[in-house]
Order: sequence, then structure tokens, then C-alpha cells
Amino acid sequence: MLEVIFGNLDLFLFLLLMAVGYSCGTIAEKRHYKSIIRREKELIKLMLVNAEGHFADGAVNNSFLVSGSMVVSNDYFKRLLAILRNFFGGRVKAYETLIDRARREAILRMKEEAKAKGAHMIVNLRLETSTIGRSANKKNSVGSIEALAYGTAVVMNRP
Amino acid sequence: MIMTNVGSVPGKKIVEHFGIVQGSTVRAKHFGRDMMAGLKNLVGGELKGYTELLQESRQEAMDRMSEQARLMGANAVVNIRFATSSVAQGAAELFAYGTAVKVE
Repeated sequence: MLEVIFGNLDLFLFLLLMAVGYSCGTIAEKRHYKSIIRREKELIKLMLVNAEGHFADGAVNNSFLVSGSMVVSNDYFKRLLAILRNFFGGRVKAYETLIDRARREAILRMKEEAKAKGAHMIVNLRLETSTIGRSANKKNSVGSIEALAYGTAVVMNRP
Repeated sequence: MIMTNVGSVPGKKIVEHFGIVQGSTVRAKHFGRDMMAGLKNLVGGELKGYTELLQESRQEAMDRMSEQARLMGANAVVNIRFATSSVAQGAAELFAYGTAVKVE
């Protein structure tokens, strides 16, 4: 038995990495989505638009830039899944959820900052994503993804 | 220094334009953080070290931009945009640009 394991150590290591990646990644993703949905409900009262607002004279007390960001990376199992998908084509679901999570988290962090500073709304939201990290310049590979959200928080004179 | 990413400062009037101001930084993280990120790549999830690093560098880029605006005699920067690019492996460039104006 031991001989079989040691003989195929690289194969077992690969399977172990897959299992660890799959279990940890899935648990983390579920937990993250739960927290995102809960916080989105809490912050839904804070208005957020991606248009430039036009305000009447004397309506605005103060305005400032707010931003939030998150760097996220996929687990070992999903990366493999994505490579397989590259072969067959079609939707790469593993990466869809990854970027969705990063973007929503970035927006939430921006909203939290705005709320802490007493803003009543955020106008002109802009979203940006970029790949960073070791594999950023390699072809055909997505390393870690950064999502950035920024906008102008506005404090009104009368809420 | 007032900073916004809309074309004007809400509730205030622009009286003078000074043109484009910009600031950028190229940053790499230290070895320890890079190792941790490598481990995190296995299980997935947020890379906190990277998030903090990028936030710090973005703040520095903004500081440089506002310093440039201050030297021009502006008191606000409007229409700010951010851009990120990776110039080398493990290093990222954070770039911020906007229009320096005087408001009252």
C-alpha cells in the first residue's frame, strides 16, 4: 500500500491539492456570498448611481472621493476547471462568480467608507478590473484579479 | 484639497481651470507577502496583502497628484480617473489623473 502511494507521489499530491482547493474554495465562496447579501441589504438605503448628479444651489454640504477594492484569486480546483473549459469553450462559471464577488465586495467597501463619513449618496460610480500578481503578464492565465470601485460621495444639507 | 470624479464639485462653482494633473507609483510587495499570496492561490479567496498594498499605493498616487495641483494654486481636483497596469511580474503601476481647478 505504502509503495503504491510513494510510487505515485506526484499524482497523490495533485489529487490532494485538488481536494483542498475544492473544499476550501467552495466553503469560502458560500460564506462570502452570504456576507455580501447581508451587507447589501443593510446598505441599500445609501443611494448609488453611475450618472453625474445635478444639484440645486445650496443643497450640497460637502463632497469627496470614496473608493473600495478587493484582490481575489481562484482556488486550485477551479483553475483546472477553467483550463478544461478553455479546451471545450463555453461559459467559464468558475471565473464568473469570482469576478462578481470581487466587484460586489468592492462596491460594498466603497459604500461602507461613504457611510462612515456621513454621506447621503454616491454619484458617478466607476468600476475597473485588472489582473495583477505573478501570472499577470503570462498569456492564457488569470492570476489574481483586482476589482476597484470609486465614486463621489455627497453630503446633503437636509437629508 | 477637494477630490471628486464628477465634472464639477457638487454645490460649488468652478472659477479657474489649471489643466491635467497626474500621479503614479510602481510598487512591488515584499517576499513574505508574495509567498503568502502563492499559498492563497491554492485555496482561493481574498489576498489581503495585495488589497492593502494597492490601496496604499493608490493613496500615494493621489497624494502626488494633489501635491501637483497644490503647486499650481488649485484647491480641487475634479474628474479623477484611476488606471492599473502590471509592468513587471509582481509589480503593479497605479495611476491617477484629473483636472486641477479652483472652486469657490
